[in-house]
Amino acid sequence: MSWSWLDWLREAVGQPQFTLLFAPAAKFLVAIFAIFLLIAYLVFAERRLLGFLQVRLGPNRVGPWGLLQPIADILKLLVKEDTIPNRAVRWAYLLAPCLVVAPALVIFSVVPFGPSPTAPGAPRWYVTDLNAALVFVVALASLGIYGIILGGWASNNKFSLLGGLRSAAQMVSYEVPQGLALVGPLMLAGSLSLVGIVEGQARLGLWFAVPQIVAFFVYFVAGVAETNRNPFDLPEAESELVAGFHTEYSGVRFALFFLGEYANMIVISAIAVTVFLGGWLRPFPSVEALAFLDLVPGVAWFFLKVFAFLFLFIWFRGTFPRFRFDQLMDLGWKWLIPLSLANVLVTGLVVVLVDRGP
Amino acid sequence: MPRQYLPVLVCIALAFGLGTVLLALSWFAGRQTGGEAKRSTYESGLPLLDRSRKRLSVIFFLVALDFVVFDVEAAFLYPWALVARDGGWPLFWAIGVFLAFLLAGFAYVWRKGGLEVRPPAAGSGTSTP
Repeated sequence: MSWSWLDWLREAVGQPQFTLLFAPAAKFLVAIFAIFLLIAYLVFAERRLLGFLQVRLGPNRVGPWGLLQPIADILKLLVKEDTIPNRAVRWAYLLAPCLVVAPALVIFSVVPFGPSPTAPGAPRWYVTDLNAALVFVVALASLGIYGIILGGWASNNKFSLLGGLRSAAQMVSYEVPQGLALVGPLMLAGSLSLVGIVEGQARLGLWFAVPQIVAFFVYFVAGVAETNRNPFDLPEAESELVAGFHTEYSGVRFALFFLGEYANMIVISAIAVTVFLGGWLRPFPSVEALAFLDLVPGVAWFFLKVFAFLFLFIWFRGTFPRFRFDQLMDLGWKWLIPLSLANVLVTGLVVVLVDRGP
Repeated sequence: MPRQYLPVLVCIALAFGLGTVLLALSWFAGRQTGGEAKRSTYESGLPLLDRSRKRLSVIFFLVALDFVVFDVEAAFLYPWALVARDGGWPLFWAIGVFLAFLLAGFAYVWRKGGLEVRPPAAGSGTSTP
């Protein structure tokens, strides 16, 4: 037989099944692995940064500068006992953590991490380019609520139930301004595909954060609230609700909830970067004098901006006190929704008046 | 067009598979000792004092209703946003009428107190959510 494994591989790459199923699957697994690594070190960075913000050192014992701390944490969580309370509703209790993590991870299948290569056949920086990507992202992001409320209800613990309900009320309230804030950039780009939106910003020569500053602000505030992070971390208010919806969860199931929260942070940052901050574009994409910035690859720009957002998340946590529940609802319904509706109207007016393609 | 969506299905299956793999891994790696005390409902170390299936604040129901109304309307804005430029003034006025209805409803809910999450009066028996 003259067939070597290389021949077999070349043959396999040519098959239509390969381009349809296996290539996306492999890409997705690589992306997920990178996201897992990012989350592990995001948790570490958060603990260190919070340490510095609070004038203490943070974890610095495991490995040089504490760099192996995330590995130790993962191993610890994996070998912990996975308890299921006697009174819990078993199937829902077991299903809930997966329901939180999976939608957050699937969103990364439509996020373009870098520019499309000009050479034909070269690998692209996204798994798939949906023509309705933005709707897909919004839909999946709201699926995470099911996991949280299901976990809170299935634990059969009053703290969990109250935490889950609060969380659902909060996420549901902030989903409306979040959805409305995305309408503005959508109008400017005239495309629902995330690749199309970034290309729209390239055509306009301006990040959408500049003409859509109000929408950008609303989106990010709503995004922080969607991820249940400070100052909107009421579902996990430890002084009132022990640990909120994951009070009863231990070991790897708790880790999955944790993973879901941090994956959602990265999702919010990645979508904010793609829609408002030009995705893989360099700053001021139309200014010729800054062309030397193109030497930095697009992927690096993308992740640089994502890191800036993640730093902001951690900074918020080190700075702001928690809102009260009625203040939280007031901010969402009485400020952000009218603000985003006004933004939609004004943007629509300008788009129709100017009638100029970006 | 459905060809773009096939990878998404693959990714959904992979994501759920990954969660399952992690759970299975910990099932084999961790020691399951169990025990009645460990599997009892958490109540800060005390015997269970209270049921968890009890009456809840009506505010959660109100928020859910508001959400259903306004999120569906927000979803209706997406198709318009895509064609706003080509549609020009006729489409703008059409969506203006739609938004006017939406705003009227919003103002009504606001005036009726549907957005208030504070209990009507202190000491009236209702608990804060």
